[in-house]
Amino acid sequence: MIVAEQKPLNEIKAMLKGFNKVLAVGCGTCVTVCFAGGKQEVGILSASLRMSTDLDGEAVSIDEAMVQRQCEAEYNAPLEANLEQYDAILSLGCGVGVQSLAQQFPGKRILPALNTKFMGYPAEHGVWEERCQGCGNCVLHITGGICPVSRCPKSLFNGPCGGSQSGICEVDEETECAWHNICENQLRLGLFEEMMEVQPAKDWSSARDGGHRKIVREDVRIPDVEKA
Amino acid sequence: MKMMNFPAFTMPENRNTPPFAGRCESNLARVLASGEFAVTGEIGPPKGHDAEVVRSKARLLLDCVDAANVTDNQAAVVHMSSIAAGRIMMDEGLEPIIQMTCRDRNRLAMQSDLLGAYAMGIRNLLCLSGDHQSCGNHPGAKNVHDIDSMQFLRMVKEMRDENKFQCGEEIKGGGPRFLIGGAANPFADPAEWRPYRLAKKAIAGADFVQTQLVYDMQRFREYMKRVVDMGVAEQVKIIAGVGPLKSAGMAKIMRDRIPGMSVPDAVVNRMAAAVEGIDTDNKPERASAWKAEGIKICIEQVQEIREIEGVAGVHIMGIEWEEAIRPIAQGAGLLPRPVLEA
Repeated sequence: MIVAEQKPLNEIKAMLKGFNKVLAVGCGTCVTVCFAGGKQEVGILSASLRMSTDLDGEAVSIDEAMVQRQCEAEYNAPLEANLEQYDAILSLGCGVGVQSLAQQFPGKRILPALNTKFMGYPAEHGVWEERCQGCGNCVLHITGGICPVSRCPKSLFNGPCGGSQSGICEVDEETECAWHNICENQLRLGLFEEMMEVQPAKDWSSARDGGHRKIVREDVRIPDVEKA
Repeated sequence: MKMMNFPAFTMPENRNTPPFAGRCESNLARVLASGEFAVTGEIGPPKGHDAEVVRSKARLLLDCVDAANVTDNQAAVVHMSSIAAGRIMMDEGLEPIIQMTCRDRNRLAMQSDLLGAYAMGIRNLLCLSGDHQSCGNHPGAKNVHDIDSMQFLRMVKEMRDENKFQCGEEIKGGGPRFLIGGAANPFADPAEWRPYRLAKKAIAGADFVQTQLVYDMQRFREYMKRVVDMGVAEQVKIIAGVGPLKSAGMAKIMRDRIPGMSVPDAVVNRMAAAVEGIDTDNKPERASAWKAEGIKICIEQVQEIREIEGVAGVHIMGIEWEEAIRPIAQGAGLLPRPVLEA
């Protein structure tokens, strides 16, 4: 899922400066699951902002709303009816959600309340770890099911570097060395030979390095009836 | 920690033994090919543009090493370019080994800088992943890591031996004929993997490797035995890293804090004992007692390492203490350095 976390309150307050009435919009999908932008977080953030701006003598009126999936226009459509009364929308969606609102309601200021972090895995309750960078060319079949692109800070392809110690990464003592774990998995699966192959330089053109990415699937596109 | 069981591995047949014969023109290549015990040193370029800093460090190493590394933004801290500093060293008569990391440059910049370095007369290259930028003075920098150190070795080998850019395009007029080096850390984990990683570097294209600082002689011997048994030492020249300790504190930090370092207690204790009887307030005398002991330990280590099968030389790292390199080389009987005709 997409993992996000809330921006610091003061940063959000600074964005609200000059607005009188704002609609805080949460999202019912990824950011609800990671406790960053669900109904509960919309409620807590809105209450905090109301109190805090009031104390500062610059009270901002904040209404709350939820959509099931901010990243898809049809879910956001019902918001439009009441939008006129708001100076801005404070989105508690991920970066995709924020942009969907901005595209859909071009006359409105859309403010991001979250920082979108990564595509991740809930390692335990309250802990999320990055698992995928969307590089567009998956290599998990040759890396023991562990992604070196997102989980090794140097995105190495040919084994653990000289900074791996006791299974821990040199960059952060809280982080396991991805390549240490890849070695273990590959050995368990009898894939040692693959580890000795010099993996060639990666073609990053499928990642964001290649430019803005887009997928077009003609087989699932819906024909434009009017044009036809 | 759980042991990892790696299957037996024998190096594939090498078509280029010694790998650099006839390909590289550096003094270091000649020394390594001749079978003489090689000596390399290391210079850290300054955090500024004063060429004199490089020149004076180069003079300290002149005639006591066959070539000297010049570090590339060491510890992820901005320093004078290794290529520029290497060129300045050459003007002083000291042969550089240019370090280049995968952290700061993509494959375009790497190849372009290598062509430039070669055009300026630089003939030795050390291919590194590089310390992560979060360790350095620009932690907010974007890291590159377009290719890793293994792919870097392969790229430079193909530039040299097949006159090809990484993309496959021909290098008109021929590729740069660098002597290609890599790094090896016998003390990092998983320990069982380390000889295999060295084998992989040789397969990827390394002519030589320089190791992490060796203080743990027993572990280094075990590592070298595996490396020799696998046939790796026949295909890549292994230069063992050594360096003088400056104080008991430095020894402790290296033992306890630096990932991928192994410093036995005996070494730490010896450094601590070196200042016994000297008043703790007498800082200059303590410093000189430590430095003398550090140099002494280092000389003994060089002599021990020289007897280990498969070791082709020593890399003496006097980290910001280049003055120590000459007395170590002298004390270990490594001087004068051979003069070999090109």
